[in-house]
Amino acid sequence: MDLLAPIMISIIAASTPLLFAAIGELVVEKSGVLNLGVEGMMLGGAVIAFIVSVETGNSTLAVVAGAAMGAVMASLFALLTLGLLANQVATGLALTLFGIGLSALLGQGYVGTPLKALPKLSITGLSDIPILGLVLFGQDVLVYLSFLVTGGVAWFLYRTRGGLILRSVGENPQAAHAIGFPVIRIRLFAVLFGGAMAGLGGAYLSLSYTPMWAEEMSAGRGWIALALVVFATWRPGRVVVGAYLFGGLTLAQLHLQGMGSTAIPSQFLNMVPYIATIVVLVLISRDATRIRMNAPASIGKVFHPDG
Amino acid sequence: MHSETSPLTASNTPPRLRLREITKRFPGCLANDAVSLDLAPGEIHALLGENGAGKSTLVKILYGVQGADSGVIEWEGRAVDIPNPSAARALGIGMVFQHFSLFETLSVADNVALAMDRGTGRDPALLAEIRRLSTDYGLALDPTRIVHELSVGERQRVEIVRCLMQNPSLIVMDEPTSVLTPSEVEKLFTVLRRLRDEGRTILYISHKLQEIRDLCDRATILRGGKVVASCDPRQETPNSLAALMIGRAFDGPKAGKPVQVGDGVPLLAVQGLSMEADSPFGTSLKNISFTVRAGEIFGIAGVAGNGQNTLLAALSGERTAPRDDWVKFEGHSIGRVGARGRRDMGISFVPEERLGHGSVPDLPLEDNALLSGWGRWGLVRHGLIARGKSRQKAEDVIEAFNVVSTGTGAAARSLSGGNLQKFIIGREIMQEPKLLIAAQPTWGVDAGSAAAIQSALIELARAGAGVVVVSQDLDELFTIADRVAVIFDGALSESRPTHATSAEDVGLLMGGLFEVAP
Repeated sequence: MDLLAPIMISIIAASTPLLFAAIGELVVEKSGVLNLGVEGMMLGGAVIAFIVSVETGNSTLAVVAGAAMGAVMASLFALLTLGLLANQVATGLALTLFGIGLSALLGQGYVGTPLKALPKLSITGLSDIPILGLVLFGQDVLVYLSFLVTGGVAWFLYRTRGGLILRSVGENPQAAHAIGFPVIRIRLFAVLFGGAMAGLGGAYLSLSYTPMWAEEMSAGRGWIALALVVFATWRPGRVVVGAYLFGGLTLAQLHLQGMGSTAIPSQFLNMVPYIATIVVLVLISRDATRIRMNAPASIGKVFHPDG
Repeated sequence: MHSETSPLTASNTPPRLRLREITKRFPGCLANDAVSLDLAPGEIHALLGENGAGKSTLVKILYGVQGADSGVIEWEGRAVDIPNPSAARALGIGMVFQHFSLFETLSVADNVALAMDRGTGRDPALLAEIRRLSTDYGLALDPTRIVHELSVGERQRVEIVRCLMQNPSLIVMDEPTSVLTPSEVEKLFTVLRRLRDEGRTILYISHKLQEIRDLCDRATILRGGKVVASCDPRQETPNSLAALMIGRAFDGPKAGKPVQVGDGVPLLAVQGLSMEADSPFGTSLKNISFTVRAGEIFGIAGVAGNGQNTLLAALSGERTAPRDDWVKFEGHSIGRVGARGRRDMGISFVPEERLGHGSVPDLPLEDNALLSGWGRWGLVRHGLIARGKSRQKAEDVIEAFNVVSTGTGAAARSLSGGNLQKFIIGREIMQEPKLLIAAQPTWGVDAGSAAAIQSALIELARAGAGVVVVSQDLDELFTIADRVAVIFDGALSESRPTHATSAEDVGLLMGGLFEVAP
């Protein structure tokens, strides 16, 4: 049983960046915008957080800088798609490519620089409880933040007037505009929030998960986050399930490879988390009515007040 | 009877709302040209005009969705600025939008809350208020239901209740009856008359001239962005109102002589057609049978959402029937023949949705003509498009059907609803089909274009083709159809000759009062 706690802790670590990126993108998509630049914004957040942490030694500042970088990159996306009515798919793809290049450039001098991981929480008494103590009370602050944000988003979307307005904008922007809601401004805030969350996810990668900088270290997590949002049918609770499923399977297959099992080629094991996550989420969201009820109807469509 | 250009003042009471010299210019068009209008307390005032006459622009300015370039809005005798809809609501201006302005995946209460500037649909006080108001006005509504589950009539009640919740003294209604059955229209009018008697003002926008005569106290007519007349609609005839609207004598569709049932050759025979709907919100078809003869117009009436979409898909071949012999054309079973094959046999189809189904919005008219007519017009040779010829065909349609556009290169999206519909109908008719199936051919189309389209359909039938018209507009069916049947909850009634039945009887059938053959 000594293995259980470390395994659970590593699952949490593998899942947290996905959860941040996916819950941010969920808000963006609920407002009717599709931002495919999540991967790029994660990388931007990762490199800036790492640089700030190395240069200042202040991890709080580093986390904030990572989120800010994500939001800045998202504002570029917002300017093009909301302001200049550019195609969202093309702009999002461009943002990812831009993020890959920019982060590699900025991080050039930092490859291989060592960094101390974010401090873990330690509460005397609670953190010492066997197994669960470390899992529940021994994580770094970003892990708790990711759950706080997810709960907050679910509460905001379904319990507050602001959330109702956001959903209405994603459902029918023309009608929302006719009632008098500032569609473009609401979408701008959603996009900025999504960017900040992707940046936080990136910051977690470079500050805590693997405290180092490497080019393209997000390794496709931004794309997985995008897929999670769709397969979770835009519902925050299911995003958590998807993110932890993926994180867990990633870890499981790593351990299998580590045990030197040669029966299955490692390439196949690498595929498992991706395939299994998609299969499970497809199975739990087969209900067409439910998809229609939750999918933002106007997603990806350019909105113009006079259109 | 009507004074040119200057609006009448109803009585001595000061106007609730006065618009003075409102002007709004868009690139390339003057949408409102010095429009002046007075609305008195306690009147139902009609705003009439063809598509593009400037009605919706004026309403948007009034409700703060758009700003005017110049002009003054006076509310209760005081000049006001209405920068956004919130400001309009604060003054006491309410708006009942057309039915597509609701949020389908939200509850009734959420929809109301969104327009209320406060709270969400979970607020118990709001729920109670909705219940109280809807009972009070006889507009039965369950505030917790999700809008997409509601019928069209219920959705409109949501719109009206949403508007009344703000206790407005001016209510703007945009084409409120276009989707209602005659009995629902009657109920709506009862509510509107009561609202008027409470001293509220109603600005009623419609193109149904008979309704305006029944309901409204005054009418202001817009043409080309200008107020051209103001009159008492009860003193006018539908034809004189239409003449004011289009600016010339109005000739309605030429009524054709009723075809004697039995003298036409059976062209289309549907026998026992049953089919599942393909979407969770669609209606399945139950044992539908009817025949259409060459030379007649067969009308299918019914409130939207009673299986018309499934039936149209089965007739056009977009969905094939489970059995081949359920649909027969000229004696051949075609139930399992796809849309392409049916076109090749001479069946043409005009879908309800003009943009996206009847045409590709972003493609020029030329390409839209090509997409439908390439086979029958021979516009493709060895896999290559005959550009010149397809342009010529599009030009022919534009010419023959008076389509107002900037030419064959104009994107379908850039045309007004009426002109695009004329183009689509014209495109199909000029391919000389043996059978034409048209869904809501004049829905949301201005009176002039509607008459032209109806005349074209009658001409086509008199030339020997069969025509099936699916419509919610009973006036239309009684104007052009030789026989009419009603679809309700996926079942079709017996057909009746239109000269031997009345709109009232058919209206009853639209509520489901008929026996279905087992």
